[in-house]
Amino acid sequence: MAGRTISEKILARKSGRPVHAGDLVVCDVDCALGTDGSVPMALDYFKAMGGERLRDASRLVFALDHYVPPTSAQTIGLHHMMRDFAEKHGVTLHETGAGIGHQLIVETGRALPGGLVVGADSHAVTYGALNCFATGIGSSDLAAIMLCGRIWLRVPETILVVLTGALPHGVFAKDIALALAGRLGADGAAYQALEFAGPGVATLALEDRLVLSNLAVEMGAKNGIFPADAETAAYLQGRTEQAFEPVAADTDASYIRTVEIALDQLTPQIALPHLVDQVVPLADASGTPIQMVYLGTCTGGRLRDFHQALDVLKAGGGVAPGVQLVVTPASREVRDAMAADGTLDALVGFGATVVEPGCGSCCGTCGVIPGDGVAVISTANRNFKGRMGNAKASIYLASPAACAAAATRGVVTDPGKVSR
Amino acid sequence: MTVLRGRARLVGDDVNTDSIISSTRKRESLDPQVLKQFLFEHVDPSFAASVQPGDILVAGKNFGCGSAMEVAVTTVLGAGIPAVIAKSFARTYYRNAINNGLLPLICDTSGIQDGDILISDETGAIRNTRNGDTLRPEPLPEIMKAILGAGGLVPYMRKNGDFKHGDFKL
Repeated sequence: MAGRTISEKILARKSGRPVHAGDLVVCDVDCALGTDGSVPMALDYFKAMGGERLRDASRLVFALDHYVPPTSAQTIGLHHMMRDFAEKHGVTLHETGAGIGHQLIVETGRALPGGLVVGADSHAVTYGALNCFATGIGSSDLAAIMLCGRIWLRVPETILVVLTGALPHGVFAKDIALALAGRLGADGAAYQALEFAGPGVATLALEDRLVLSNLAVEMGAKNGIFPADAETAAYLQGRTEQAFEPVAADTDASYIRTVEIALDQLTPQIALPHLVDQVVPLADASGTPIQMVYLGTCTGGRLRDFHQALDVLKAGGGVAPGVQLVVTPASREVRDAMAADGTLDALVGFGATVVEPGCGSCCGTCGVIPGDGVAVISTANRNFKGRMGNAKASIYLASPAACAAAATRGVVTDPGKVSR
Repeated sequence: MTVLRGRARLVGDDVNTDSIISSTRKRESLDPQVLKQFLFEHVDPSFAASVQPGDILVAGKNFGCGSAMEVAVTTVLGAGIPAVIAKSFARTYYRNAINNGLLPLICDTSGIQDGDILISDETGAIRNTRNGDTLRPEPLPEIMKAILGAGGLVPYMRKNGDFKHGDFKL
């Protein structure tokens, strides 16, 4: 029998069967996230399924993140409905302003190595950075988990992504993810797992790995998983009391495809409107006028991202006239850290509009909406037409540093070349 | 297998869920009967008004990519569309479709034109009445047949309360 990939081994553990790619399995779910974007429908499905009691409330987390702050009677109503349900059934609920659900799952140690964590939101793949099998589901699947604690999954084939070398100055995790999306295409990993490996992994901070796992779904992947190492353990230190057992791939595991990325050869990348796989070297788009710069989201809204952006803003002497800079920390923990080390004041000093932690402008459900004809450069993961709430805006995706570089010049600019 | 007869409505490759129904719309209502008037509003503003019950969506690759929001399935069903035929689906859309009883069929759709009348038989084969072409969609795994057969995940769970082992082949 051939060896197993990380995904195969985790799903074997969670289903209690010796599974391989292609098998259908029923798995126990360690933790499931629902947001104000998905829980309201899940509660309807749960009731319609005859659900009265939760199978295990301790395995559920609700986050109010898509409508923050709520700006209509309807969205306030959805929040109240979720609060009432969470209180009645004993579900952990993160209030508005606590942050993006995905970031909170990671920060609160709910995504642990070797585990199976799902989220009723496509970017639940983010937690794969912590060596857990993490995938996005819809509201109906969440309702079934609420009822029986389990989910059926097809065990995915795995694409091995081998990272070698280390990133050069001015090139960041987002550039790796965009380069990969450009290479694989928007459905290049459909129904499959991405497993990151190679000596380059050790050079990436946990916050960098979250960026790569987060973007996995933009290639159609079911999950994007990393091996666990000292960096993983260090991040989880103090975030969980729970024991966990990391999973490594067998040396004779079988992969459907291997893709190698030499980090030291990588240059800044940019995704052009309106598709995430419309990726070109940033130099090719250099000089494109930009009117709005967005720093935030579950891809690029962490402390490390804001530090990288601030370095470039300082080097470039601040924000160019006519450019709107909008900042949305991914969580309160991130915002507090930004406040403590002066990052927040510095960004405000450069004229940034700071929005309460949450999904913000990313999917147009709250936050600052771009105007007609506006070109936005964003640290987010999606640039679909209308994504940020206005179908007449154009969205470019790039690293936090590249977004900051565009802010300093008012045009797409290589962050490595920004100086006063 | 459900027997279908309907008019093909063509959409392209990489249609994301936000373009099926804008996430800004679901802020105000989750009711498919309300949302259906905004179906594909940014792709084809005339779509919602011209859709007829029984119409079949015909797509290219990666249909339903992006957000996992389930209104992108319930709104399609709300408009009376019973099935989507595509070269491939994004996995969350595919799951949501099965769970809600929207039939997701995978086959080569490149020969289908907008307005073609498509008829499926009990074997699942789809005949294009314009040119007589017959398409044979990929067979569904047992668990998906069981969920679709029950009418979706809600009736399936109402009946079983859990996933039934007999619905899986291992």
